[in-house]
Amino acid sequence: MSATTLPAVHLTPKPSIDGSEGQLLEVSMGPQHPSTHGVFRMDVVLDGERVVKLKPVFGYLHRNHEKIAEQETYLGSMPYTDRLDYFCSIMNNWAYALAVEKLAGIQVPERAEYIRIITGELTRLQNHACLIGFLMQDMGASGTPLMYAFREREKILDLLEALTGSRMMCNYMRFGGCRVDFPAGWLQQAQKVTDAFPRFLDEYERLLAENEILMARTQGIGVLPKELAVNAGITGPMLRACGVNYDIRKVDKYGIYDRFSFRVPLGEHGDVYDRYMIRLLEMRESVKILQKAMRDIPSGAIMDVKAKIRGFRPKAGEAYGRIEAPKGELGFYLISDGSPNPYRYRVRPPSLINLTVLEDMCLGHNVADVVVILGSVDIVLGEVDR
Amino acid sequence: MFGEGLLKGMAETARNFLGSYVSKDRLTTVQFPEERVAPIEASRNFPFLVYDGGDWQQGMRCVSCLICEKECPPKCIFIEKSTDKKPDATGKPQFYPAVFDIDVSVCMSCQICVEVCPFDAIKMDVAFELSTDDRFDGLLWNKERLAKSNEYYGRIHPTEAAAVDAHLVEGRAKLEAKSKPIAPAAHPVSGVTE
Repeated sequence: MSATTLPAVHLTPKPSIDGSEGQLLEVSMGPQHPSTHGVFRMDVVLDGERVVKLKPVFGYLHRNHEKIAEQETYLGSMPYTDRLDYFCSIMNNWAYALAVEKLAGIQVPERAEYIRIITGELTRLQNHACLIGFLMQDMGASGTPLMYAFREREKILDLLEALTGSRMMCNYMRFGGCRVDFPAGWLQQAQKVTDAFPRFLDEYERLLAENEILMARTQGIGVLPKELAVNAGITGPMLRACGVNYDIRKVDKYGIYDRFSFRVPLGEHGDVYDRYMIRLLEMRESVKILQKAMRDIPSGAIMDVKAKIRGFRPKAGEAYGRIEAPKGELGFYLISDGSPNPYRYRVRPPSLINLTVLEDMCLGHNVADVVVILGSVDIVLGEVDR
Repeated sequence: MFGEGLLKGMAETARNFLGSYVSKDRLTTVQFPEERVAPIEASRNFPFLVYDGGDWQQGMRCVSCLICEKECPPKCIFIEKSTDKKPDATGKPQFYPAVFDIDVSVCMSCQICVEVCPFDAIKMDVAFELSTDDRFDGLLWNKERLAKSNEYYGRIHPTEAAAVDAHLVEGRAKLEAKSKPIAPAAHPVSGVTE
């Protein structure tokens, strides 16, 4: 049977963009596809290799996090926040703790603030290291760059396990501080890992930054215009790659970030290459923050004396706590009616909102570029679907 | 020159490859079932019930207060309180759990039961090879299976267990000092402040 006798059922023949004969092809990429970083689907309409329409479809990992949290006590939601962005559970804990602390007016001791910054920036390091590894994997560099990144990530995860008891599901922050103090020798080990990290970054830059294939695949690909990024509410490295100077660590100065001087790397073109480089540069700044925090950390209590584990009831009111997570602005919005569980619990996930401009970035590019562009957005489906 | 960046990258992989023969830092792979990494003291996986002494039924610290059942976020703990009392390790009559089940498939090892327990009766284990082919009883652990001795706790989390033991001894001493009949012309009991 020749190909021409096959009936085209759902494909409408249309002239292609350049006027030649042909028809559009609808491809469903995902939900089980190695490039989608989880269970995520893209309905792509193709004209040859070129994307003419793209619809992100998500919700496969929906587990009703927000509604479950309204049935739980405030503390009971803390382990569930680990499962939002499971690469950086410390960041989720921090944002949630920040929102509850605002709601209940709890002070955090100075040492706990330092611990939060140390664990948070370590998390940022491992998240960005992973992300650039995955991005290379998406481009077809199967193995080597990802494994180098994972090797470094594992050292940080070991540190987190020694401190919190779990590699990824840390469940570490509490309202008014942190759960446990550093075990003996932890800080020295963390200092060692941090001091060795720039060597990995240098290596990684030598490995890839000048690579001709990488440049051909990323420069000018997936350009996100500055105005669109701002209007769509994009945050994090995605926004900064477009050249918008917006880092919540600088804007809000939550915690004690005002004591640290660090630079915010900014991109110029807003393409995939800029997003990649922004992450590398951000890691260098994080190393600086970590080194200063580990030097300056005072001794003292790690929990507010008035903080309660059981029977916690904040007074009625509402609060929004936000932090600069590695993926963007992570916010928790809580309304309390004075009962032990929140009346309303809402998460503002950076991954989901950064995904909304996916079509605008992909139009006109090839299918293979879609994979790379999606990789550069840095999504975690646990957070997108909640 | 075109291709220079590629060659630089290749040099880096060569450095890593050759370096893996001399530097442990570059060769981190552990051949898991044969080799194992050193256990990390703080790691936690699944809770167990602590008992004192040699007999798990006699020495179980749990007094069936139902706090952990209530606070457990995924509600994986099921307790039935006893109707009678029996003496605990110190000889004081206490309620005990007639049934204490934890569903392994639901538990997410978040440690909140440990944090809320006022009696240091439930602690986190480090065992992680818990898979089974029996998806009914094999995943619902009863109190016999959950019970582990205080010595075991001391072995897996030495620092934490030492602190808990000291805290318990201090608590008992305080309790004894309080329950003593007031001696004639009593001196103020030192160390007890209300």
